[in-house]
Amino acid sequence: MTTERKVRLLIGKVGLDGHDRGAKIIARALRDAGFEVIYTGLHQTPEMVVATALQEDVDGIGLSLLSGAHNTIFPKILRLLADKKSGDTVVFGGGIIPEEDMLTLQRAGVRRMFTPGSTTQEVVDWVRANVPPRRR
Amino acid sequence: MKPKNGGRTSTLNPRVLRDWEEGTLRPALDRKPERKKEFTTVSSLPIERLYVPEDLKGWNAGEKLGFPGEPPFTRGVHPTMYRGKLWTMRQFAGFGSAEDTNRRFHYLLEHGQTGLSVAFDLPTLMGRDSDDTLAEGEVGREGVAVDTLADMEILFQGIPLDRVSTSMTINAPAAVILAMYLAVAEKQGIPLERLEGTVQNDILKEYIAQKEWIYPPAPSLRIISDMVAFCTDRVPKWNTISISGYHIREAGSTAAQELAFTLADGIGYVESCLSAGLDIDAFAPRFSFFFNAHNDFFEEIAKLRAARRMWCAIMRDRFHAKSPRSWMLRTHVQTAGCSLTAQQPYNNVVRVTVQALAAVLGGTQSLHTNSLDETLALPTEDSARIALRTQQIIAEESGVANTVDPLAGSYFVEKLTDRLEQDAWSYIKRIDQMGGIVAAIEEGFPQREIAEAAYVYQRQVDGADKIVVGVNRHSEGDVLKAPTLKIGPGVEETQVTRLRAAREGRNSARHAQTLDKLTRVARTKENLMPAILDAVRGYASVGEICDALKTVFGVYREGRVQF
Repeated sequence: MTTERKVRLLIGKVGLDGHDRGAKIIARALRDAGFEVIYTGLHQTPEMVVATALQEDVDGIGLSLLSGAHNTIFPKILRLLADKKSGDTVVFGGGIIPEEDMLTLQRAGVRRMFTPGSTTQEVVDWVRANVPPRRR
Repeated sequence: MKPKNGGRTSTLNPRVLRDWEEGTLRPALDRKPERKKEFTTVSSLPIERLYVPEDLKGWNAGEKLGFPGEPPFTRGVHPTMYRGKLWTMRQFAGFGSAEDTNRRFHYLLEHGQTGLSVAFDLPTLMGRDSDDTLAEGEVGREGVAVDTLADMEILFQGIPLDRVSTSMTINAPAAVILAMYLAVAEKQGIPLERLEGTVQNDILKEYIAQKEWIYPPAPSLRIISDMVAFCTDRVPKWNTISISGYHIREAGSTAAQELAFTLADGIGYVESCLSAGLDIDAFAPRFSFFFNAHNDFFEEIAKLRAARRMWCAIMRDRFHAKSPRSWMLRTHVQTAGCSLTAQQPYNNVVRVTVQALAAVLGGTQSLHTNSLDETLALPTEDSARIALRTQQIIAEESGVANTVDPLAGSYFVEKLTDRLEQDAWSYIKRIDQMGGIVAAIEEGFPQREIAEAAYVYQRQVDGADKIVVGVNRHSEGDVLKAPTLKIGPGVEETQVTRLRAAREGRNSARHAQTLDKLTRVARTKENLMPAILDAVRGYASVGEICDALKTVFGVYREGRVQF
């Protein structure tokens, strides 16, 4: 008998940006696709997101960012995760990200950024293929 | 059958319609079926193949339309509409430092823009200073950073405030930003009664859609009614609240929800100002509205026409306002940012044109047309100019401004106007039953309805039931890049330096005194505006003033978010 459990995901909104339409749609699409989804709500700091991620023992963190602050926020979250020995948590995101920032984010360790026009199915498929349950 | 009134009949003979259906339509359908089984608006309202006089059975033009400039204002709030004066072309602008935005303002004014519209950055919108930890990475990104009066002085340098009308998109800290604007006018030697402009100041839609709040609803509404009272008295040409459906729509609502929740918010503000003891006919004429113009051309036109008719009924019949000026819904419109695509961005110019045309045919008083690159970044100067030119072409070349409300009497447009009105009334009724808009917000009702509509729409786009050209049809794979505006990383540093300089340069004893006075006034029922104005004059920052008020009013926390 396998003890494989559902993949747990944290969908988050960091910073002051209140555009939560996309985050809520993605959270619901992932939940409907069978994942366990926790949504942080708005106005989180990177520290709050990482604390929730550890507490909820999630396998992946998806952040929605439309404020232009992605170059500050993503690296900070990745650093905090590494500090807490949770560097294997898959970090991905979505939002308005200029092409030239994509590479910077990838180098920082963001596994995938979904840009405007992505379908919910693309996100679901990618998560299914790329976010395994973490080893405990 | 011989038609009455000499052959000019207003209804079709049902037999004639049946003849058409059987004799002409059916064979055509047999040869070639229609493209789809069902045709719907972007908001999923069903649309019929053909609208005929029968659809307007019982519809009375006198009652439903009236004349322009007269109740119920369906045909517009001015008797001559755009024949007398074109709408105000008001492009929203703001980025980087106050100097950057000031330069853009001068540029836009030189290019024929007739009003200014200020976009503030997120920290300012949230009542936080540029050196606040939550402001990190966001200073000057989505709008201009304003911390103290020093920034506001630079923002309006060389712009005589009695010769422009200025719209400021600011909500939770609106009282502070308005106070700064008034203080700049004082410094320019301009009497406050000559100032014209608008603050958005619509906190209810923040709880519903845009989520840039500070305090809980009750104290927020008190700040607003204080400001309304102050302006009514001292800044009489100022539009005190711009009751906004724009963000509700951007958050994913349908057209009917946008209409309903916006008017419900309006009802909330009227009730709040009435319970503060204000005279309805003194404040209501200074309320204005702000709607979205989305892709579905006729639905948007119908929405704007329905909005005017409904507000008239609300103000006249529900609140018994006496002055027809209180019954008029004057509105700004912005084309739908959420409809623009990052893919093939030049297509956005066409979308914006269609949307702007709907706003004009819907009878708007002012208009912002989005720039083609707004899904990617803030607009460049070139793209901002094309957006403005789009309005100028509609105004000066297309001929649509030549007559008032040209679509009135269209079976389809009138039917759709009625339908939107009917759907919106039933939402308003539900909200009334919940105890009003604040209770409904606390229950999460509008938020839930919008999230549901947004999800449904996204699924329709994912399944190509709703078409987005360049995204789920006629796509070319790669994103075609347009040149974008870059905000240098130096903005945050410069801004923080200026903020610190302002703090050091001010009279600290006076500063402490004004903040102390402010919190004392906040605990009473006294009007807050003079105390805010005084703090601002002494270079207190947005963050310091909002923090002082937080100690009395507390902060708003969103309830559990359902998704």
